[in-house]
Amino acid sequence: MTELLDLAQKIASWARPGEEVEAFASWQRETEVRAYGGEVESLSSAESAGVGVRVVAQARQGFAYVGNLDESLAREALAEARDNASFATPDANVGLASPDGIAPTSLELWDDSLGAMATEEKVALALELESQVRAGDPRIREVVSADYGDDQSEVAIASSMGISAASRSTTCYLVVYAVAGEGDDTQTGGGYSVCRAPGELEIEKASRDAVERATRMLGATKPPSGRVTAVFDREVTAALLSVLAGTLSGEEVAKGRSLFAGRLGEQVASEAVTFVEDPTNGFAFGASRYDAEGLACRRVPLIDKGRLVAYLYDTYSARLAGARSTASAVRAGFKSTPGVGALALSLTPGDLDQAGVIRAVGEGLFIQDVSGIHSGVNPVSGDFSVGAEGLLIRRGELAQPVREITIASTIQSLLQGIEVVGGDIEWLPSAAAGLTIAIGDVAMSGS
Amino acid sequence: MGDKDAVLVERDAIEATLGTALARGGEFAEVFVEDRHSTGISFDDRRIEELSSGRDRGAGIRVVVGETTGFAHTADLSVRGLNQAAEAAAAVAHSGAGGVRTAALTERRDDPVGTVGIYPEDVDKATKVELLARADDEARATSGSIVQVSAGYGDSRRRIVIANSDGLYVTDDQVRTRFAVSCVAAGDTGLQTGYEVLARTIGFELFDRFSIEEAAQEAARRAVRKLSARPAPSGPYPVVIKGGTGGYIFHEACGHGLEADHIMKDASAFRGRLGTSVASSLVTLVDDGTVTESWGTSTIDDEGHAAQRNVLIENGVLTEYMWDYLRARQDGRESSGNGRRQSYQDLPMVRMTNTFILPGSEDPEEIVAQTPFGVYLAKLGGGQVNTATGDFVFGMVEAYLIEGGRITEPLRDANLIGNGPDVLMKVDAIASDFDMSPGTCGKDGQSVPVGSGQPTLRISSVTIGGTAGD
Repeated sequence: MTELLDLAQKIASWARPGEEVEAFASWQRETEVRAYGGEVESLSSAESAGVGVRVVAQARQGFAYVGNLDESLAREALAEARDNASFATPDANVGLASPDGIAPTSLELWDDSLGAMATEEKVALALELESQVRAGDPRIREVVSADYGDDQSEVAIASSMGISAASRSTTCYLVVYAVAGEGDDTQTGGGYSVCRAPGELEIEKASRDAVERATRMLGATKPPSGRVTAVFDREVTAALLSVLAGTLSGEEVAKGRSLFAGRLGEQVASEAVTFVEDPTNGFAFGASRYDAEGLACRRVPLIDKGRLVAYLYDTYSARLAGARSTASAVRAGFKSTPGVGALALSLTPGDLDQAGVIRAVGEGLFIQDVSGIHSGVNPVSGDFSVGAEGLLIRRGELAQPVREITIASTIQSLLQGIEVVGGDIEWLPSAAAGLTIAIGDVAMSGS
Repeated sequence: MGDKDAVLVERDAIEATLGTALARGGEFAEVFVEDRHSTGISFDDRRIEELSSGRDRGAGIRVVVGETTGFAHTADLSVRGLNQAAEAAAAVAHSGAGGVRTAALTERRDDPVGTVGIYPEDVDKATKVELLARADDEARATSGSIVQVSAGYGDSRRRIVIANSDGLYVTDDQVRTRFAVSCVAAGDTGLQTGYEVLARTIGFELFDRFSIEEAAQEAARRAVRKLSARPAPSGPYPVVIKGGTGGYIFHEACGHGLEADHIMKDASAFRGRLGTSVASSLVTLVDDGTVTESWGTSTIDDEGHAAQRNVLIENGVLTEYMWDYLRARQDGRESSGNGRRQSYQDLPMVRMTNTFILPGSEDPEEIVAQTPFGVYLAKLGGGQVNTATGDFVFGMVEAYLIEGGRITEPLRDANLIGNGPDVLMKVDAIASDFDMSPGTCGKDGQSVPVGSGQPTLRISSVTIGGTAGD
């Protein structure tokens, strides 16, 4: 890790007078094993690394990256970034982050046991996962993919403004995708387990979820269109929260591209909704000590009992809006510049478990999976329309499976319609926690 | 950043790497070397926000033993770096009985499917920057309701070398240029968005051939029209898809289901249906990596197989699946030129190139006129499919109501949902017009550029996921 930080600091030290330079260096080692038919279908192992260089000079920003940690290539990238900056339009709000005195939360996101794990053990996990799913139910017809994967990654950010941040993390996962069949009917379902240390992987949970999700959809039909109370399964809620965070980006708000622009202090959701971004929560998959500009991550309450209280900001958007950065800069890796985003979103959980929420709703639609969330949700207008599959809720219990339906509303109406927030919080491999929620009066399109 | 035309790796170094890859008993080994330069420019909120330049260079090495593939990649193109990656990839071969095997490489030269007029690297940055401001000016001039415009420019040059233990040695030089503009319109009903993209597998001559101003106007108009849009209907309706704008629906609805990896794993609704009727007899579906300049076009695929034209469905009858090297090998046949990968860091898999429905004989306007009530889909957004069930969804980003055989009111964005095999059977009219559009296809975490196309056509019933009742 010190090597990466040394390189980043060295690049930052090349800044000329009057110029701001930032280097984002990262390194990653990954393994992925896919099992199929009791054999290893593929085994990939790879190391990758690179550095992205940002230059701000005369209120103009330029960027270049190179997929390598070679110092001379980094120097070329800096020269290229410098040249790129000269073509940007000057903007007084452009600039790198300055240290703001907030200390990073201590988080243990790295586990040494992963590096010591033999490839044979990884292979054995993938094979076992596939075998458990195949044996899980006679109606499981095929296991399309059963994967073990892991990565060890390190990131270092340094700038001529005095930013110096280094962090590292490990992740390992099992993920399986199964096809169930009965007669002519075919349905699919997946399961997974994700954690920081291989010893914490829950292979039974991953296989059980895949079997249950695929088989319980068998016999699914297309119900008539109508308006329903929708119960979102944990993953579906997490997807909704991620979309919602996009609309609360301070940059989109400042640029007039958010339906929540100008609505601070207003009641934008039902009172059941308290929505927080908190990467300092060590349970979150997206937990992080630093944001992508090297500022310490912090807890940011966004919606408090339905009232909109804050937007998310990185350094640029904060300046644009006359606010302070909430340390919400994210980046896809060394190949891109930072932008506003979230890492660890959650609703404040309620008291009911999933079965309790379903009982409380009585009659409605339980949604196990949605599709087309990127094409069907417009974060500017708020229009929301996604494909869905799940089970009808009858007399407080899960009943007939349904498929090839859509649910539609607007983000505004969905938030106001949240009636129940479950207490079944689970941190998922995404930027948001999953918990079961119930939303009233959603349009369901079927036959 | 160095000489962009320099030899990436000497041929004897590649031969040596293949030798290392086979030393532990591999049956097949392949070296894929890539050197990619890219430029991106973003324009937003009335200003050039940023220029970015990228360089990715490295090699991916795979070794196949029986049904198992070992894969490793490296950014170190020295003999030592390549050898280390080859050893890592070869670790799946346990027998150690490979002995000394050599691959004598013979270079194959394919006729290029296109030529590059102006290499983007030869165009100065100021010229590229100027395009974006033009789009902004034009979009804002189109309507006073336009309150925000963002635009993006991107070009890439990707040089690849592919060699394998069958003696194959091929190279390719792929240039792509892209421009996109996105507008936000504000009105009494809130905000609406519109988008347009120009993208071709050619160089900077893209902008001599296509008008940035027209693209900007189109994006602006799309946003403004939706300000007066009503909620889309909810439930099954006939849908007429405008020529060139909805080919992607067939990419999702049936293209993915015709990829041999899904077929061989029993994860496709089209498995076991070769030679049978899977679509209305009006439908002929083709995947063709050689379509001049199209976004999914290349001279060779990412396994070194020459791109080719494959007729997948002919007059409604399923004639062929799409194959990459590995699945073709398992089935004892030839690849169809559909082995593609995002970069040297990824394993190739079966992917589409340019996928399209061939034109029919009807007049597009006549198809609308013969539709008493339904939806006219003028621009599709993104979508996805579950290949095993065939269920797919799609965003509609420009759509209108058809009432009494006439296109009437604009509709707000919504998804439509359908089932691939079902929708293919329900194509009941195909016009003589035709166009293609560029897109990005994601599969198993890898994105590749694709083209898709179709004539104006009608599907007799698709479920529209709006909020309005009848």
